[in-house]
This record gives sequence, C-alpha cells and structure tokens, in this order.
Amino acid sequence: MDAASPRAGPALTALLVALPMVAILAAVVHGATGTDSALWAHLTEHVLARVTANTAVLVVGVVAIAAALGTSLAWLTAGCEFPGRGFFAWALLLPMAMPAYVLAFVAVATLDYAGAVPAALRGIFGAGFTVPPIRSTGGVIAVLGLASYPYVYLMARGAFLTHGARVLEAAQSLGFGPWSGLMRVAVPLARPWIAGGAALVAMETLADFGAVSVFNYDTYTTAIYKAWYGLFSIETALGLALLLLGFVALVLALERLARGRARYAAADSGSRVPVRLALPGARGWFACGYASAVFALGFVLPALALARWALAVAPLDLDARYMDYILRTLALAAMAAMACLALAVALGYATRTGAGPVPRAAARIATLGYAIPGAVLAVGVVSALGGIDAAWRALAGGEGLWLQGTVVALLFGYVARFLAVANAPVQGGFARIRPALEEAARSLGSGTRELVTRLHLPLLGAGVGTALLLVFVDVMKEMPITLMTRPFGWDTLAVRVFEMTAEGEWERAALPALVIVAAGLLPVALLTWRMERAARAA
Amino acid sequence: MRLELREVSRAFPGVAAVDRLSLVVGAGRLGCLLGPSGSGKTTVLRLIAGFEQPDAGEVYAGGKLLSGAGRWVPPERRRIGMVFQDFALFPHLDAAANVAFGLRDADAGTRRRRAAELLELVGLAAEAKRMPHELSGGQQQRVALARALAPRPHLVLLDEPFSNLDADVRMELAQQLRAALVAEGATVLLVTHDQREAFAISDEIGVMRAGRLEQWDAPWALYHSPATRFVADFVGEGTFIQGTVLGPGRVSTELGVIEGQLTSEQATGTLVDLLLRPDDVIHDDASVLRAEVVERVFRGAEFRYQLRLPSGAVVLSFVPSHHDHAIGERIGIRLDTQHLVGFSRT
Repeated sequence: MDAASPRAGPALTALLVALPMVAILAAVVHGATGTDSALWAHLTEHVLARVTANTAVLVVGVVAIAAALGTSLAWLTAGCEFPGRGFFAWALLLPMAMPAYVLAFVAVATLDYAGAVPAALRGIFGAGFTVPPIRSTGGVIAVLGLASYPYVYLMARGAFLTHGARVLEAAQSLGFGPWSGLMRVAVPLARPWIAGGAALVAMETLADFGAVSVFNYDTYTTAIYKAWYGLFSIETALGLALLLLGFVALVLALERLARGRARYAAADSGSRVPVRLALPGARGWFACGYASAVFALGFVLPALALARWALAVAPLDLDARYMDYILRTLALAAMAAMACLALAVALGYATRTGAGPVPRAAARIATLGYAIPGAVLAVGVVSALGGIDAAWRALAGGEGLWLQGTVVALLFGYVARFLAVANAPVQGGFARIRPALEEAARSLGSGTRELVTRLHLPLLGAGVGTALLLVFVDVMKEMPITLMTRPFGWDTLAVRVFEMTAEGEWERAALPALVIVAAGLLPVALLTWRMERAARAA
Repeated sequence: MRLELREVSRAFPGVAAVDRLSLVVGAGRLGCLLGPSGSGKTTVLRLIAGFEQPDAGEVYAGGKLLSGAGRWVPPERRRIGMVFQDFALFPHLDAAANVAFGLRDADAGTRRRRAAELLELVGLAAEAKRMPHELSGGQQQRVALARALAPRPHLVLLDEPFSNLDADVRMELAQQLRAALVAEGATVLLVTHDQREAFAISDEIGVMRAGRLEQWDAPWALYHSPATRFVADFVGEGTFIQGTVLGPGRVSTELGVIEGQLTSEQATGTLVDLLLRPDDVIHDDASVLRAEVVERVFRGAEFRYQLRLPSGAVVLSFVPSHHDHAIGERIGIRLDTQHLVGFSRT
C-alpha cells in the first residue's frame, strides 16, 4: 500500500470537517469591520439578551428533567424488581426513535387550547376548565426533557448494572438501608455517567431547531435561521453561530471534566448477575405506574396520534409527490452514510498501528462535528462553499454558484456532522483486529488481499453495518442542515414536517413524521438487541 | 526441516535485541530458547517467522535462504507455523474454521477432514463448533497449535505457549503438546522463560541473555555442566563455594577435597567458584561436616534447607521430610558430586 496516502487522509478529513468552523471564524473576524454593524447593534439590543436567556433556561430545565427521569428509571429497571421491569428495561428506550420535533408538534396539537385533550376535559368539567398552556417555557422544557431522557437512562443504567447491586450489598453490610445506600453510594458512583448523559442532553438541546420552532420559542438556532431567511443577513447568522459555538464549547468542557472522573470507576467489569431489590406490593405497582406513564407520554400516545392523523390524510397526501420526498430522503441518507463510512474506514486504516501523533490529532478533529449544532454547520458550510465559489469565479471567470446550493453542500454538512456517528463503531471494529491476528494469518499464508477479505472485512462487518444504519437514520431525521443548504426542490421528509408544522397543519405533518419514527426504531432495536445479548452473556 | 541462524542481529532504538546469534535446530528436533524477559527470545522467533527483518546475518530453513544477504521471503510464503503468546485465534471463526484457515488450496472435504484430524490430535474433537471466547485458555492454546500445524508446516514456532495458562495445567499440556508435535514430525523452536516447560518439551535448549546465546545444549547438560555463570544461575537452583584446584578433578574447599570430573579444564592452583546443586549436598547425621540451618521450606516430600557453612557461604540441600530440623540447628552434611562445575574467580 502507498504509505503517503493513508497518512494524508486524516488531515484532509479533518480539514473537511473543520472548514465550516474556520469559515465562520474567518467571516466573523472579517465581518467585524464590515458594513452590517447597524443590524448587529439592533440585534444585540433587542434579540441577543432574550435568545441567550431563553437558551440558558431551556438547557438547564431540560437537563434537570432528563436527569431526574433518566436516573430514576435507570435505577428502577437496573436495581429493583417490580411488575413489568423486564419490558420497561428496553421499552423506555423507544422514545429515542421519536425526534424531539415530532413529540413537540404532537404535544402542541393535542394539548393546545383547541386540542383534543383540553377539549375533552372541558367536556367533562365544564367550559370554564383550563389547563396550563402548552405553548410556554414550561411546555417546551417538558417536551424536550421527555424526548431526551433516554440518553441519561442509557448511561446511568449501564453504570447501575455494572456495579450498582454489588456496592449496594457492600453498603448494606456496613449498615446502610437500601434507600440510604442508593443515595449515598450507588448514585454518587454513577454520577460521572449521569453527568455524561446530561451533557449529551445539553448538546442536543442546544442543537435543537425543530422542537423550539414548533413552540415559537426563540433560541440561538431559530435566531440563526431567522437571520438567514428573515433578514437575509449572513453576517448576523455567523455572529449568532459563533456565540452558540461558545455554549457548545462550555458544555464540551464540562463533559470532559465528568468523563475524567469516570475513568477510575470504569475498571469494574460487571460480570456478575445483578442482585435486584424487590419492591413489594403497592410500591412495585407505583414503580410500574410511573414507568408506564413515561412510556405512554414519550412514545405510545404520540405514536398512536401520529398513526391516526396519518391514516386520515393518507388518501389525500399519499401521491407521487410524496413518494418523491421519500426517495430523495432515502437517497440523501444512503449517500451520506456511504460517504461517512468511507471516511471512517480511511481514518481507521490511517490511525491504526504505527501512526504518528498528527493523524491521531486529525482524526479527533474530524469527529468533533457531532458537537456542532446543525444550524451552525449549515451557516459554516454555506459560507465556506461561498468562499470557494467566489475564488473559483475570480480564477476562472464566469458567474453563478458552483457548489453553493448543490447536493454537494448538503452532503458536506451531513458528513461534517455525522462522521463521528460512523466513526465510533468502525473504530470499534478496527480495535478487534489486533496485530497478532494479522501475523497469525500471515504465518498461515495469507497475503495482503486475503488479510482484507478473510480478516478485516469479517471483523469490521458488524461495525460497518452499525455505522451505515446510524448515519442513515440520523440523516433522515436531520432538519436544520437540510432546510438551510438544500438545493431547490430537494425536500426531505423532515423538511416536509417543518413546513407543515410551520403552517399548523399537524395532521399533514404526521405522515412524514411516522416514516421518520419507523426508521428511528431500527437503531433502537439494534441497541436493545445488544443490551439483551450483553445481559445474557453476563 | 533444518533451521539455521547465522550471525543474526536485530537492533531496536537503543537496544540490540538480538546480537550476532547463531543456532541450528536439526530436522524433526524440538529446540527451545530459554531466558529472562527482555533477552531477545521473542525477537528471534519473529525474525524466523519473517515479522522482523534482520539488520545482519541470515536465516535458513531446509537449506533455503529466508532472510538476509539482500533476500527476504514474506511471512505468508515461508510455510512456518506459529503459535502466539496470546493465541491470536480469529474471534469470528469457530475452532474448526480457525484450524482450517491456512488450508486454502484444499477442497472443502479435505479441509474438513484435516481440521477434524488435528482437533482430534489435540483432544478437542468435541469442541469443533465452539467459538474462541467459549473455550478455556488451555483449549484455546491447543486450537492455536492445531491451526499452526494444519498446513503441515516444516517448522513450528511457539512463543511462550504456556504463559497465559494456570500453573497446574501447564505440565500436562506441555506433554500433550510434545506428543502432537512429534506426531506431526515438525521441526520446532519454542521460546519460554520457564525452565520446567523447557525441560518438559525440548531436545535441546539455548539459554539467551541480552540478545546473545550463552549455551546451546541438551537439558541434562545444561543443568549439570553450564558453560557460563549466568547459565549456572539461571538454570536450576544452586550456590557457589570457593575452592582451589589441586589437580585434574580435585578441588580443595572448606568441605574438604572434592573429587569429580571438572567440566572445564582449570590449571592447578586456580581459585574457582564451585557450583553446588541442592542434590549435591546430602544430609548425613554421621558426617563430621556441620552446617547451620538458616532457612527451611517444607515442600511435602522434602525440606529445602538453606545451610550456612563456617565461612559464611550458604549451600542448599534437599532433605527427606522426616528429617525435621529447626532453624539455628547444626546438622551433618556430606557431598555427592560427580561433575564439578567451577568458574575461575576474576
């Protein structure tokens, strides 16, 4: 194999991913002396304070709710025994399949003044009966918390399963009851993982565009979008994007801190069958009721509502144009998944044994994109490609946009954001190909081609499949990048959801949303299957 | 197939891992490299297998040049079987498929038969369909051996084949391993830091130190006539007492004049350090020679006593365990030596 090309690969990939960020920085630095300062002054005076406060309140509130729900449910399903525990252990992950913007429009549609639930309640209790308005700060926090608690649930559950029961036994032998043992030993031990899950929730909340749009709740992402499409001010959007990046960096730094502490505790391998605390009688049924309520609100009821509305509009909406949305969505998702996979495999080959510090650092940069909110990436991609286009025009003459507003721009954004998603399972596969395995194969007569076909491919297989699936589904759900960089006419299912919800056409948004949720079930199924297998192997 | 290394050297940044090493393992013989960790044993194996290239010197197998003098046969074309320290079984293949991995030119039926034959040979016929993670360490080791033997290599290399196994299964496995290797008629070179493994398997053993071969000999000769002080120390237990050579086969010591064949010629009058193995020192109540018990280890059938001589020198002795003596007691000893191993004092 040529030695130079795999060395250069990571650097090029890192450059690709970093380009949108670099473009934002360069544009802001350049634009600080620009002409749009009047608009920016207006923005700082009237918009910035509100948007910042909104974003901060939202993040704190959503993280609090998600941490409370996720941790308590994780403890119940990992450390306790109650009716239905085995079912809820995986069922409580299903809300992961429901994008926050879908849950948001279902909530608004059913709980708003004219929605089905308040109407029914007025029917029972009389016309004077009022429910708290869903279109409120509390409402958006509750919906995003419900949509994102599975991140905390997943991490905390893993921590509780590995050492929860054992340390609880140790605590009991030292005279702690189950409750004080939980609060003083199990939860503090799991705190790094809970914090890790909470950090993920914070990142998702910062990046959320679709759900807050449904609620008309202005955050940085919607402000960026409005600056872009409402004010046609790229400079303003760039400035806002940079500020949002600051928030992201803060959360990333906090997450690093939490993970640093997780290292010492991770050594414990939970190979033992966990001992669970039995919750007898009423307490068991209370636990069951709590889990049922979260499961119903987070998945069952919204899914049923979607199905009903979708059935209602299907005869009208399900035409050739609709098939076009689906095909375009699938094509984009497949292209992005293949591109991410190819880059992840190239990174894997370049950074395995014997690679120097430069490819490794580049690989880290190349996988940072997942932390960048889609709205920010979109702005970065457009200005980066705009710069390239301008350079091209200056160089070759002629007019028009060569890259901006093409599928290339869209894929560029997807790859920058989702490369990390593909990279993790692929690198997991590479980690399984130890040098000794290759030497063993070579001592048995395998040449380079056989190494790839008989050793690398089979060992990478599962990781490759996972990588493709995860990126595919993430691209299907993706909203802001698609919305802001798509070529004319390239509407995806997520764009359709956005457009319908923007017009309050909840029922017509249900059909594309249902397809997205169905696709989202695939990775959740994969995850639960892995969890089951790990549990059986233990 | 005869294996020969001629003046092979391989340096890594800062260390000469292998330093002008030459050795010959005759066709069908079981050779062994014994040495402390870091002595370069594994590097020698990797040079023979072709995972490393020598800086100087040549590697021959069956008279054919594999490495050196500008020539380098890649590992996949050497037909040298290798058993790795951590076994390196392919995690995605079951035991039978692991064994059949190297049988690429045979048809499916032949592959299946050969894999079954080898699993039978290593006593794992019933485990053919098990995945590597479902096998115990000892079973994985035997699959790794069967896999290395399957393509009928002329030469088999084993890198610390027992180091990942429990002590109580090692000896039994070593015997099985030897039987399987002899049955296949392969020439073998193994590497270990455990002399009991080396003794159990090998026809010939080379003791390595800092990249060089100190001695290449049969196990018995290595124990009874070590060529260097290092070999004497490293192989078996023993201590040195001082003596003076009186003439051929006679050495004067504080335990009297000792007679026996000196393994290396020493001029009369030379001051020597004389090696005494624990089995050279016999407990005898009737003896006038007395030594003080300074430490004792009960080993079931026998005690291993550390005895201090009047000069302060310490010797070891294995004594049947009904001779129970307390620390501080002075007991009678006599010597029973056939070979005298003495190194002139410098």
